[in-house]
Amino acid sequence: MKAYLTRRYWLAASHRLHSEKLSAEQNLATYGKCNNPHGHGHNYAVEVTVGGQIDPASGMICDLGELDCLVTREVLERFDHQNLNCLPEFQQAVPTSENLCQAIYRILEPRLLAAHLEKVRLEETSMNSFEYSGGDQSRRCLGPQPAP
Amino acid sequence: MIYLTRKCEFSASHYYHNPELSAEENCRLYGKCANLNGHGHNYTLEVTVRGEVDPTTGFVIDLKDLKELMNREVVETLDHRHLNKEIAEFAQRNPTTENLAVYIWQRLASKLNVAKLHRVRVYESHDLFVDFLGEA
Repeated sequence: MKAYLTRRYWLAASHRLHSEKLSAEQNLATYGKCNNPHGHGHNYAVEVTVGGQIDPASGMICDLGELDCLVTREVLERFDHQNLNCLPEFQQAVPTSENLCQAIYRILEPRLLAAHLEKVRLEETSMNSFEYSGGDQSRRCLGPQPAP
Repeated sequence: MIYLTRKCEFSASHYYHNPELSAEENCRLYGKCANLNGHGHNYTLEVTVRGEVDPTTGFVIDLKDLKELMNREVVETLDHRHLNKEIAEFAQRNPTTENLAVYIWQRLASKLNVAKLHRVRVYESHDLFVDFLGEA
């Protein structure tokens, strides 16, 4: 029996969206308030979905404690309470949530041995979330928009 | 094809124990959940069905029928129960959230006619849920 388990984690981090490939005006036009030179922060929710067979002996897809340890060690300790722009992952890439979501997936995928990593979903705010399941495509999901 | 999801909640207690393992191994595998005195959760169940919209009613399924089915097969069966001690399915099998999702699927799938069962999602807490799509 194949099932999918999703665990939600939290991290708080700051960032500034700014591309060296764009002029100051283009950066402001592209990123708006997120281009503020002093940066700003979010409480990110990270949803990690793993898939696999339910082990008949344990009744579990994978050991939740091991998953927690892996995500805590490799993701939360790396990104929580950090300025994303200062981290090696974002010296060449802008720390958008698309790129953070992909970075988290790429950190976890080769290290997760007990089950298959199906998806990483990153909520930047309650209005925005981002999903990455490997491959070339990431998906941006906008939450309910305020009434005009 | 359209998908409809309905939620319901139930509260139940359980513990995890594998009789083939020693007390220490159970503790290592299941952590706090191995406490034989049990503990409890407020579970949230999301049932997603899929089908075509009926041109006459505009429904994929009559919501009242789905609510009654979920109440009868899940809430009235599991709410305020001790899963290990009161649900026959879990006398031998651990009532993990994974196994609970499969159990709920098996109770609902054959009783849905108009719309097909697409997904059972069981939240054990707001930070942890399991999806079962009936896959082997």
